[in-house]
Amino acid sequence: MIAFRRPSVLPGFGPTLGFTLAYLGLIVLIPLAGLFLRSTELGVDGFIRAVSSPRALAAFRLTFGASFLAAVVNAFFGLVVAWVLVRYRFPGRRVLDAFVDLPFALPTAVAGIALATLYAPNGWIGRWFDVFDIRVAFTQAGVFVALVFIGLPFVVRTIQPVLQDLEAELEEAAASLGATRWQTWRFVIFPVLLPPLLTGFALAFARAIGEYGSVIFIAGNLPGRTEIVPLLIFIQLEQYNYAAATAIAAVMLTISFVLLLLINMLQRWTAKRHTRD
Amino acid sequence: MTVTTPEARTRPPSTTTEPRAVRTGLIGLALLYVGLFLFLPLLVVLTGAFSRGVEAYFTAIREPYALAAVRLTLLVAVIAVPVNVVFGMAAAWAIAKFEFYGKSLLITLIDLPFSVSPVIAGLIYVLLFGRQGYLGPWLLEHDIRIIFALPGLVLATVFVTFPFVARELIPLMQDQGTDEEEAATLLGASGWQTFWRVTLPNVKWALLYGVLLCNARAMGEFGAVAVVSGHIRGMTNTMPLHIEILYNEYKFAASFAVASLLALLGLVTLVAKVLLEWRFGDELASNRTGAERGKS
Repeated sequence: MIAFRRPSVLPGFGPTLGFTLAYLGLIVLIPLAGLFLRSTELGVDGFIRAVSSPRALAAFRLTFGASFLAAVVNAFFGLVVAWVLVRYRFPGRRVLDAFVDLPFALPTAVAGIALATLYAPNGWIGRWFDVFDIRVAFTQAGVFVALVFIGLPFVVRTIQPVLQDLEAELEEAAASLGATRWQTWRFVIFPVLLPPLLTGFALAFARAIGEYGSVIFIAGNLPGRTEIVPLLIFIQLEQYNYAAATAIAAVMLTISFVLLLLINMLQRWTAKRHTRD
Repeated sequence: MTVTTPEARTRPPSTTTEPRAVRTGLIGLALLYVGLFLFLPLLVVLTGAFSRGVEAYFTAIREPYALAAVRLTLLVAVIAVPVNVVFGMAAAWAIAKFEFYGKSLLITLIDLPFSVSPVIAGLIYVLLFGRQGYLGPWLLEHDIRIIFALPGLVLATVFVTFPFVARELIPLMQDQGTDEEEAATLLGASGWQTFWRVTLPNVKWALLYGVLLCNARAMGEFGAVAVVSGHIRGMTNTMPLHIEILYNEYKFAASFAVASLLALLGLVTLVAKVLLEWRFGDELASNRTGAERGKS
């Protein structure tokens, strides 16, 4: 016990750490371990059969495809929004800044019904697509729209602090050495922004693959076509098909953990870049 | 040498900014994007809520099932949030005030619930406490209901809001170090006295901030709660679930009316966040580290 921590005069280490570990174990770790344990009961064949059914494969393809596209779109626009918020002064900047956090604050079910209404063929946005005979709500495009909504803050909020701390001297030096503004941006600014950009992208992607509430209202939920993986887990569970639900959930959970590790590595990379200069 | 008038100082030098057209274009693009994807959905909730008039709005939110949902949502939050506050403070004390092995692993594990899909968060408790779960037969024998009842709703909510308070407190308390607490202890203060009189006043705004975020998520949680609820009207339906049911029954105005209450909660949370950051920015760790750690 003494070798495990550095001595300190402050009291309360034992009880607080003990409580933290017990609570973490009971609420998070043991239930998650239970899921993995349950999925082993299927055996290898059963497990593979459950996660490789045509319906499951279609759901995986849609979830990962739409999440990836949404994260790409958010990476680009997130960079623009973060840039504008940090570098430019214009009326409404503070409101814009506050609004970026809306997807964190607005419950997903509320976002879900709002998006479904907006993009329905008679909705404020949907009717403009309807003119060109394009359907957004109740198609795969709807899934994409919802995932763009919930992923938006991640890229903005990871780039913003890095951009704020970027020293003007670097850009001045580049400019005085004859670089054009584009060259300065491309070779001086962008390399610094790349680690947080990738972190934000990974965070948005990780959030998107697990998202449920904001998607299911706009998706249409047709098995094999517009059914996302979290919904498939939900439906299997409701039909008492525990084996399939557990197996698919175990796959998703494993992917989430890999992403979490990746994000931790990216954040360490950002921190290193960030403090070096 | 140039003369630096106040005006010249505020105007950015042309070598380190973009041409005016590019600036205007980027600002326009950012406003359009945020307006289209964030502002319009919010507006749709508010107009949808009043689409049948003010009277229909109040009828919808005064209806017995709606009131039961509001009560249940409040009840779940009143249990789940304080539990996570106690946990967050204990975890922050252990992590920020002491040096021990495995600390960074512990911080990662605390963040774990953010990377778990809400549906899976519900599923893990069904697998433990459901009728076919590990503890199912025992619970049935003793007539204890967890799934499709209040305890399940609370558990699922505690899981999804698990990291909020801890992650606001830990970086701030790490930055503040242990000098003040050590001085208090050496002057003869007990552990509790040190905590209440030294540590807590130092972190109160960060704590409030964490509680606000935790509460907003607790009241708005949908996926995890949907799995463990069973959708029993008037019994296990929280506000988000009630919104879903009304929407699926094509009672759009009523659905948006209840949704507007939750949207209002979200807006209040946002405004409180802006005020806290503006007024007590230095005392909130989130300004420096929150974004890097990736909020969720």
